[in-house]
Amino acid sequence: MTDFTMRAMPQRGRKPQDLSPGLALVRLLLLFLVAGFVLVPLLATMLGGLKTLGELLSNPFGLPQHWIWQNYVDVLSQPAVWRMLLNSLLIAVCTVLLTLAVAAPAAFAFAHLKFFGEQMLFNYLILGLTFPFATAILPLFLKVRDLGLLDTHWGVILPQVAFGLAASVLLMRNAFRHVPGELVEAALVDGASYARIFWSIILPLSLPILSTVAIITFVQSWNNYLLPLVVLNSPDNYPWPLGLMQFKSLYSTDWPKILTYITVTILPAVGAFLLAQKYIVAGLTAGAVKA
Amino acid sequence: MAVATRRLAFTVSRRTHRGWRTALIFAAPALILFTLFIALPVFEAAGASFYNWNGLRAPSADNFIGLKNYAQLMAHGTFQRALFNTGLIILSALLIQLPLALAIAQLLGGKQWGTITFRMIFFLPFILAEVAAGLIWRFMFDGDVGLVSAVVQAFGGEPFHILSDKNLAIVTILVVATWKYFGFHMMLYIAGMQAIDKSLYEAAAIDGANSWQQFFHVTLPGLASTIRLSVFFSVLGCLQFFDLVVPLTGGGPLNMSHTIVSYLYYFGITRMRIGYGDAVGVTLFIVCVLVAFNYKRWIMKND
Repeated sequence: MTDFTMRAMPQRGRKPQDLSPGLALVRLLLLFLVAGFVLVPLLATMLGGLKTLGELLSNPFGLPQHWIWQNYVDVLSQPAVWRMLLNSLLIAVCTVLLTLAVAAPAAFAFAHLKFFGEQMLFNYLILGLTFPFATAILPLFLKVRDLGLLDTHWGVILPQVAFGLAASVLLMRNAFRHVPGELVEAALVDGASYARIFWSIILPLSLPILSTVAIITFVQSWNNYLLPLVVLNSPDNYPWPLGLMQFKSLYSTDWPKILTYITVTILPAVGAFLLAQKYIVAGLTAGAVKA
Repeated sequence: MAVATRRLAFTVSRRTHRGWRTALIFAAPALILFTLFIALPVFEAAGASFYNWNGLRAPSADNFIGLKNYAQLMAHGTFQRALFNTGLIILSALLIQLPLALAIAQLLGGKQWGTITFRMIFFLPFILAEVAAGLIWRFMFDGDVGLVSAVVQAFGGEPFHILSDKNLAIVTILVVATWKYFGFHMMLYIAGMQAIDKSLYEAAAIDGANSWQQFFHVTLPGLASTIRLSVFFSVLGCLQFFDLVVPLTGGGPLNMSHTIVSYLYYFGITRMRIGYGDAVGVTLFIVCVLVAFNYKRWIMKND
């Protein structure tokens, strides 16, 4: 399943249909129309931060008459902004590392070890796939509280890892199975331990799937809102989506400032996407092809 | 040869023997995390939904109220509205978002000029956080400073305060959901189209099939399993729709634009009515499981 999604990325496909010039024009018009629908809000947001509130009202469509960079200076000079971005980064990196560390060995066990109850335990984990994050949010909140993790980053990281496990283990197990069983057998005969096989054979041969899982996990963590909203209380611990909402309620109608703040917070995501779009698209679509 | 076979047999038996212990060591962290943060909480939620409970002390028999949480839920107009809205979101995904994704995928399936750029543009909203997307569109739909209102006024209309219109606010959620998610499904369809055997198109062309006929008789059947999968994820995603609601409408005005999960958040979590919120969660869980089970059983049975 993963393969066919990956193949979408290089531009290989069926032959371009030969369209008549008229149809080709209609096609382009449609594409530009939809591209406008997608891009105009983003451009309006980025430009809006460079206008005054007055100009936002009087000149909604045009470029700013005077490019006002003061909002950017104001936003970027706030330590809170940097702290939130750093919090998000920290939470995301820890979530990714822990997910890999926990899911990969489990996937290895399900892919290459035979043991009693294997299928049952695997199905138990996979149950998490059809599992809405939201339905468990209240009991999860209580669990995090009882463990004393409320208002800590671990209170966000651990549940995120747990919720990502089903998909990660499934994706990894399917990939690990592509490593021939004979290779594992041969290593066993040569006296290698399972840990050694896992570390020196399986993992090096499975780097693509590891990076796919890492990308999915990172993006989900970076954008997560509901869980930190429920778990974290003090603004010092906020990741950026919470900080953004707080900023919005603070400056409720100072739209240029809010738009600047939005721009600053989404630019890392947009930049990362432009740099690594091939991998990000492949990773995120592979993540959807779960079953 | 005989020696080798015996050695292999020995390893295999040793393998099954040692299997349990080794497997457990490898799988234990995942199983523990999953049990602790997912399986247990869900069981507890199912239990707590029968109590009138604020989550502070363990619920006691005094707080047991049976199905009252559920009865109250079903009778609450705002929850009925939330169910209706969630249904609308699903409908608009199936009737607008996915067909749009399919149409665009068809336009971008080939190698024409700009294909890659357009694909990237359309996928871009999917990677943005819901909160950012919601606020961007809150600005777009703002009656005073937003572009949508500005367009209406440019055509001689009144300032258009769609977000404070109790009947139309939900429409903004439908628009933003389309904006945010169609590019993702487009990518799935493009991937699916590329897996279709090219010789089928050539054969169809030789038989004199035009583009429309090729689309309906080659592309659509070839994409069937991809479409079934994308519908599956779309419906499950819509049932859990939440993040966009908070920054865009906050469920308002007059609680008219809630979804099931935003209802759970505003009426369960923020008011610390744990038992009541759990009843919402359990209801959603049952709906999701029923949908998932039946969909896999009847519609994806051959996939």
